[in-house]
Amino acid sequence: MYTEKVMDHFENPRNVGELENPDGIGKQGNPVCGDVMELGIKVKNNIIEDVKFRTFGCCAAIATSSMVTEMVMGKTIEEAEEISRQAVAEALDGLPPAKMHCSNLAADALHDAIRDYKEKHAKVFG
Amino acid sequence: MKKRYYFDHNATTPVRPEVLDAMLPYLTEKYGNASSVHSFGRDARHAMEKSREIVATLINADPEEIYFTGCGTESDNIALTGTMTSARDGKNRLITSKVEHSAIMNTAAKLKHDGFQITYIGVDEYCRTDINQLKNVIDNNTALVSIMHGNNETGVLQNIEEAAKIAHSAGAVFHTDAVQSAGKIPIDVKKMGIDMLSMSGHKLNAPKGIGVLYIKKGLKITPLTYGGSHERGIRPGTENVAGIVALAKAVDLAMQDMENEAVTISALRDRLESEIEHVVSNVLFNGRGVPRLPGTSNISFPGVDGEALLFSMDIEGVAASTGSACTTGEVEPSHVLVAMGREPKTAQSSLRFSMGWGTTDAGVDHILNRLPVVLNRLRSISGGI
Repeated sequence: MYTEKVMDHFENPRNVGELENPDGIGKQGNPVCGDVMELGIKVKNNIIEDVKFRTFGCCAAIATSSMVTEMVMGKTIEEAEEISRQAVAEALDGLPPAKMHCSNLAADALHDAIRDYKEKHAKVFG
Repeated sequence: MKKRYYFDHNATTPVRPEVLDAMLPYLTEKYGNASSVHSFGRDARHAMEKSREIVATLINADPEEIYFTGCGTESDNIALTGTMTSARDGKNRLITSKVEHSAIMNTAAKLKHDGFQITYIGVDEYCRTDINQLKNVIDNNTALVSIMHGNNETGVLQNIEEAAKIAHSAGAVFHTDAVQSAGKIPIDVKKMGIDMLSMSGHKLNAPKGIGVLYIKKGLKITPLTYGGSHERGIRPGTENVAGIVALAKAVDLAMQDMENEAVTISALRDRLESEIEHVVSNVLFNGRGVPRLPGTSNISFPGVDGEALLFSMDIEGVAASTGSACTTGEVEPSHVLVAMGREPKTAQSSLRFSMGWGTTDAGVDHILNRLPVVLNRLRSISGGI
């Protein structure tokens, strides 16, 4: 039911953990299935130079979390903002229809983290 | 290929070699239609009626009370819908429990849609049906009470003798879904007061595609399908003779060794549970400490998702099952564990190991060896979030 890429990211998830002093944090949960994801970013000169995640959830939730961290690493904030829910699912060669909501979780957590970073950034420099 | 261990006997079981040997001639040489009058047909009919006697013995029924169907789900459908739609005196209420298999749950939902009243009885934290609630809600408008025997997710046995008494006190019929328990623990329909009972071949080492519905003599049932006079019109359609012979052989084998097998399988299950407590931290056992089916163990592992655990154990060569139906396309946690009062998140963190014929100590050792590694990995990904 899962693609090889999903299973690879599930078995060997990239960038697992918690950042020390992250510049932005995003947290998303699905109240129905109970999945929870937290994603932190480190930003320097408008570039995401580190990202880490923690996820409680199924294979798809873990794989999409891992995938989204790989997709944003080294990207500018503007580039990262462009990453859509669909793009995460496509990068994994697709997800079963019932699991599409998992890719929402990952992309939404990323966008929350960017928003959080921008708010903090605005306070410091604004 | 690396060694694989099967711990999903509540989903389905392997066909025993003796069962396969018994059924094969009915596919290749004795392939007659049991309704034909020539010698091919007579051979088939003879085998079928002999099989009916064996199945009847398992539950202490009379052979003419045994109806062969296609599966446990079909038996449940005929029992529920067939009874409700033929209920006398305008009785239109069905009482069942909150922890039934989807074959009952979704048939009840359809009956509700068709205008029948459905009442669901709750369970306690050990998955035992609340008998007092049943006593309180039953009334003269109740046509049928259906309470399962052994729960498929937790293995917990329901007090069906008491439930049957309560049903009868209000003039209602009593049905039990015994798909998980038949052949594993003794069942006596007369002593236990069971009016209808569903069972399935593939849960007890016969192939898929054969089920049984026991209907007590004299009960009126409306069939769901129409055709010839097979199975006295309750389940028309040319009989699956090979499947019927296989089921009877499986039942015969189960009866020969039921007590010993139950002791052996319970010992494997109990060892798995008591040792898991030692090798893994933070586990919750669901339904442990009350009478259960011999080979069912349902365990919650807070901090990991059941499906992630299932896939990880599969990679390690262990086939288990989640209580949650998430893998089959639904996202809600197990209705059984939630009915028992588990938090949805805990319910979602559950795994079922189910054992049966062919389960060995080596398999249990393998789980005990790999489970801690898998749990540590997954718990580090969730990081206590």
